[in-house]
Amino acid sequence: MTSRLLVLVLLGYMTLPTVVVIVASFNPTAILSFPPDGLSLRWYENALTYPQFRRAAVNSLLVTAASAGLALPIGTAAALALARYPLRLPAMWNTMLLSPLVIPGVAAGLGFLILAAALGLLANRIVLVAAHVVLVLPFVVRSVMVSVANLDPMLERAAASLGARPRRVFWRVTLPLLRPGLFAALLFAVIVSVNEFVVSLFVSTRVTEILPVAMFTYVVNYTDPTMAALSTLFIAATFVVVFLADRFLRLSRVFQIEERE
Amino acid sequence: MPEAPARESVARRSPALGYALLAPALAMLAVLALALGALLQFSVREFIPGSIRTGGLTADNFRGVLASHYLRYIWDTIVLSALTTVFTLAASYPIAYALARTPSARARSLLLILTLAPFFTGAIVRTYAWMLVLGNSFVQWPVKLLFEPRGVLIGLVHFSMPTMILILAAAISHIDPRYERAAASLGARPWRVFWRVTLPLSAPGVVSGSLVVFAWTFSAFPTPELLGGGRVKMIANVVKDLALDAFNWPGSAAFAALALLVTLALLVVTGRILGRHAA
Repeated sequence: MTSRLLVLVLLGYMTLPTVVVIVASFNPTAILSFPPDGLSLRWYENALTYPQFRRAAVNSLLVTAASAGLALPIGTAAALALARYPLRLPAMWNTMLLSPLVIPGVAAGLGFLILAAALGLLANRIVLVAAHVVLVLPFVVRSVMVSVANLDPMLERAAASLGARPRRVFWRVTLPLLRPGLFAALLFAVIVSVNEFVVSLFVSTRVTEILPVAMFTYVVNYTDPTMAALSTLFIAATFVVVFLADRFLRLSRVFQIEERE
Repeated sequence: MPEAPARESVARRSPALGYALLAPALAMLAVLALALGALLQFSVREFIPGSIRTGGLTADNFRGVLASHYLRYIWDTIVLSALTTVFTLAASYPIAYALARTPSARARSLLLILTLAPFFTGAIVRTYAWMLVLGNSFVQWPVKLLFEPRGVLIGLVHFSMPTMILILAAAISHIDPRYERAAASLGARPWRVFWRVTLPLSAPGVVSGSLVVFAWTFSAFPTPELLGGGRVKMIANVVKDLALDAFNWPGSAAFAALALLVTLALLVVTGRILGRHAA
């Protein structure tokens, strides 16, 4: 019983900030108080009309669409290569593909900044997109590889034995069977890219910055609950995406969580 | 004896096509390698104030890292990372244990969603949320928390818990529950079962989780930046100050290189430990 209470307290600690942000977003005054004296949607209005947030939202859309759109085929090809082809040193390639996960954000960020300056690409969105593709790639490779590993090669052999050419087998059998893995990969790519902050801070300007960077600047300069409203919208959007993904993709399968009977 | 069908189909594929499929991903990784190479190169170049060009080779940037006012931040980084590791471990173990051992599939998926939720909400939203909690507008805390090391610590532990929980839960789920039952049936009290059976058997998870959390915290940025409010600084905050506020890229690069090397060294050690355990 005490152990169950302990788990509940710890889970409370994990969810407390989310709850507080949601409550704060409806606060009627600029100075937060608890319990709030009334409800108000003015900070939502503020968040949705603040020009810099609008500009950053458009940038986020562009950067995430471009980087997810590029990372998905690149990562899928790499996952297929690793899982299906007799490469030398497969473990080394695997480690290399996952390596962006372990590079500290400030090191990658400053590195990309210096590189961009050397190439005359400061303030160019290309650098932002390239950085996002690199950071998102491990998630895509992982998700697709899980899917490839679960794919029954007999199905492809059956198609081939019935006369389908390799290209046709790939488009009509392999790719459709990989669909759950590809969706999971896309989901991860979008979530990681939309939330990426540290590297983006280094390689973006006021004109090209994406939402997390704009939010950071806002928090540093203003204390009103506009950020709480925007955060609540972020949390709600994430929740809807994850809920839908779980509904249609069975997330537990994506995360490979084995259920003990 | 017939060969496994998977092997057969792999054997028939040409490695050349495999490398061709791998090439675009390797090209992207090459960009990252170039960026990190540029960083390391800048870390040994002379800083020319007012310019993003650099001078000749120098060790001054690393000498700067060891200057007394910066040494303090490095010390703070080490202390905060160590404390974060210890508290994260203690706070994560019960949840990981519940996640690995609960018989109800519903409870497990609820625990999993609550564990993963902070992963999905992003660093800025999460850290901003802690600013609200730690500030005195909702609760009057008996001690000052925001812009103090203890507030930063609270945020860092929260940040590290999902990672630690997932690593620990995987390790605990591999322990055969019959060991625990055997110890209990021989008369050991629950605490004794935990200390003498469960905890030692989950040691690989504890060690690798701790190393990963320490390595990540060592280069943490948004949490100390916002919850520290400029009063508490870790290495990554110094990197940002020097690079984006002082435009001293070479000086900043030395700190970033330090964070990079420490993180990579720790993760290599983790890999070694896990590899030895697997073997």
